[in-house]
Amino acid sequence: MRTNTAGRWSARGSAILAIGIAAIVTGGSAGAAEISAHDLALIDRLTWGINGSSVAQFQKLGAARWVNQQLHPTADSALPQTVAAQIDAMPDAAGLTPAAINAFQAQGKDADQLTDPEARKTAKQAYQQALNDRAKQAATRSILRALYAPDQLRERMSWFWLNHFNVHQSKAELRLLVGDYEDRAIRAHALGKFGDLLRATLRHPAMLRYLDNAGNANGHLNENYAREIMELHTMGVGSGYTQADVESLAKILTGVGIDLKPEDPKLKPALAPQLVRDGAFEFNPARHDYSDKTFLGHTIRGSGFAEVDEALDLIVHNPATAQHVSRKIATYFVSDEPPQPLIDKMAKTFTASDGDIAQVLATMIAAPEFDASLKTAERFKDPVGYVYSAVRLAYDDKVVLNTVPIQRWLGRLGEGLYQRQTPDGYPLTASAWNGPGQMMLRFEIARQIGSGSAGLFKPEQADAKDRPAFPLLQNALYFGGLSRTLSSTTRGALDQAISPQDWNTLFLSSPEFMVRQRAEAPHEPS
Amino acid sequence: MNRRDLLKAVAALAPAALTTTIAGRVWAAPATDAKLLVVFLRGAYDAANVLVPVSSSFYYESRPNLAIAKPDVGNPNAAVALDADWGLHPALRDSLAPLWTSREIAFVPFAGTSDDTTRSHFETQDTIELGQSTKGSRDYRSGFMSRLAAELTRVKPIAFTEQLPLIFRGQAEIPNIALGNVGKPGVDDRQAELIKQMYAKTKLASAVAEGFRVRDEVVKSIADEMTAANRGAVSPRGFELSARRIGRLMREQFNLGFVDVGGWDTHVNQGAATGYLADRLGELGRALAGFREEIGPAAWRDSVVVVISEFGRTFRENGDRGTDHGHGSVYWVLGGGLNGGRIAGEQIKVAQPSLFENRDYPVLTDYRALFAGLVQRMYGLDAAALQRIFAGVRPADLGLV
Repeated sequence: MRTNTAGRWSARGSAILAIGIAAIVTGGSAGAAEISAHDLALIDRLTWGINGSSVAQFQKLGAARWVNQQLHPTADSALPQTVAAQIDAMPDAAGLTPAAINAFQAQGKDADQLTDPEARKTAKQAYQQALNDRAKQAATRSILRALYAPDQLRERMSWFWLNHFNVHQSKAELRLLVGDYEDRAIRAHALGKFGDLLRATLRHPAMLRYLDNAGNANGHLNENYAREIMELHTMGVGSGYTQADVESLAKILTGVGIDLKPEDPKLKPALAPQLVRDGAFEFNPARHDYSDKTFLGHTIRGSGFAEVDEALDLIVHNPATAQHVSRKIATYFVSDEPPQPLIDKMAKTFTASDGDIAQVLATMIAAPEFDASLKTAERFKDPVGYVYSAVRLAYDDKVVLNTVPIQRWLGRLGEGLYQRQTPDGYPLTASAWNGPGQMMLRFEIARQIGSGSAGLFKPEQADAKDRPAFPLLQNALYFGGLSRTLSSTTRGALDQAISPQDWNTLFLSSPEFMVRQRAEAPHEPS
Repeated sequence: MNRRDLLKAVAALAPAALTTTIAGRVWAAPATDAKLLVVFLRGAYDAANVLVPVSSSFYYESRPNLAIAKPDVGNPNAAVALDADWGLHPALRDSLAPLWTSREIAFVPFAGTSDDTTRSHFETQDTIELGQSTKGSRDYRSGFMSRLAAELTRVKPIAFTEQLPLIFRGQAEIPNIALGNVGKPGVDDRQAELIKQMYAKTKLASAVAEGFRVRDEVVKSIADEMTAANRGAVSPRGFELSARRIGRLMREQFNLGFVDVGGWDTHVNQGAATGYLADRLGELGRALAGFREEIGPAAWRDSVVVVISEFGRTFRENGDRGTDHGHGSVYWVLGGGLNGGRIAGEQIKVAQPSLFENRDYPVLTDYRALFAGLVQRMYGLDAAALQRIFAGVRPADLGLV
């Protein structure tokens, strides 16, 4: 095919092709020449998408050590220096203090209090813009990490948990909080203990604001968060808890909220020792319902914040939680309908390891059901998986200078970062993402990614110059492995490409690129 | 044999008429009759300034800056008289007042969510789209138009939105396409053919073929616009542009549609006969008239358009010459075969004692009862089918269709 069509290509196309071939010959940065379809599938399944660097890292370590390093990232899993520098330059890269949140809220209030309508409008717009900028920065951090972090499995799990513990940026001032929520509540615990992760989300103002627990107080019960903890975050709907359990948990959670003031709230001396503060998080005993509660068949004595720990322990150790969380992880990595024996194995590990997420993943990866799914099952990419895998493959370790086009693509495809309104998070199954409208958008985005740099290398500053780079999909990895996993129908269509850009568009539009790599080529109808 | 059974029988006898499958479900070619479009005004529009209670002195006391003047043929900024009690915002004079005269439009005041008083956009939009009781937990995977589609046999649903809205989430997969900013597709015909080839033997073949078909229909309707523009016609913009495209697509292709339009959250300087809200209303009126024009007289006779919003706004104007989040709204129902030209549903005198919590319009017609009544008449649905769409709801018979 290469010789057949090369003559029809532009001079630039031939040059790109030559680079691709050179990379194979020299074993350059694009990495390994030959890799088995099984290894390709394994890497693709656990990362945001296969590329030359991921293959090189895999081949350097060997499968077992690579998997182990993905499960237990070490110091040499750090971000590339240029990426780290981009992130460190962001205002709240090091974390969001109550004082910073306070300053933002003050800006909003000041704007509201201006009497001149025009001045107020201008000030309000400035405030909204500042909030938008923070959400955009958070999305940029998230995307840069997803594209370039060597600890790819942690990045996959960070997205997974962010979605599992979903918050929506349009509520209140959440645009300011989502980045901190993702980095410190979610990513920090993405491969750790599930209980720690749950507690970190419970103590973060983003969650407390999103699901209204900041307003949950004795005599003014708000059940929203209590319900979602059990329904969505832990045990799962229909797992046996009752409306009375929801009410009990809501009472247990009274007083769990947010406090941005530097000074402690005024409390009666008897209650003062009960106060818990941690950054913007506060347990205010004056707002707490100290009655005894019956929760999941246990009596929880009214004792303050200790009740929350007691209740969360009951939830985390409930067998329904092990099942629910294991099923969801298996759905994400394995199949829309993961086999029950696989879920049971994962749940068993979950219980035995006190909810150790890395161990649950290790059980999944080692299971024969997972291996079988690498060979045959289709794992349809959600929009985030689709876009990230395309950019990773097209540019490998050449770092994009502007993530806004990626943010826009994710938004258009309906899976924008922090943009899921409802607490259930984005759906993980194929049927949510393979409708006609979605497929058309994917083909358009395939064309944008495949045809040129699509704004990815034009920094956002007003006077910035585009520093174009060319997507290189027909690279060493393609010739060394990917090409073998395409059906003859797809190869037949690719053979009809009339330029490298056209070839890229078709390749990124192909049925094979909509799903994660499989260890066997699709069965060819004869 | 009722009409629904007849349609079923016809569908069964004529497999050649079945055009596409989406996610394994066979969709029939749309019948030319019974088309429903739901238009969602997101942001809670100020209903009291659209269907103006011109006989209420309380209205004029409550809105010193915002009130629309009583009908007066000499005053272009006055309300258009509908009946003794109600007038129409003057921004709708040219587009929709003629439909009142021809009885193709009706208004349902005091409509909304009887069981959701959160006054939260987010909550109440969800409530309406899901169409479930607010008692008990919500199933976010089941919107009411999706449940309606599941009960119909010859239905071709589509959301004219960027993302599939909650209202259309459900078992079957429903296509969506936003029509506002459609440009010429970057993927050209040759690439489209190659892509279809690649998918031909996969289970996404029909989704991909359907996608290109819808895309090409949209492109064709854009091409028509360009031809018109070349002849000097003024090209519509914004929602009017989308609505005209929807009209063309629903004339030929689809018979169950949903579209939303934002920008109705007017806390500040909303204007009265002119100004921000008037501009939005003018555009909306032109959009609906444009939809009617494009769908054509034949299809319009079988079409029903329902305009809804999550809630109404405070009856009294606020300190910013705007209005805040309220409760009851006014829904609009349009259609070529409508028994319109009237104010439908239960009514109450517009005065201070009738207000809900002394601030908002009350809800006397629940949105679920209203839709249940409408679709029951439109599609001849039986009680069991209605219960599957709107559990526990007694349909309101407003005699509109």
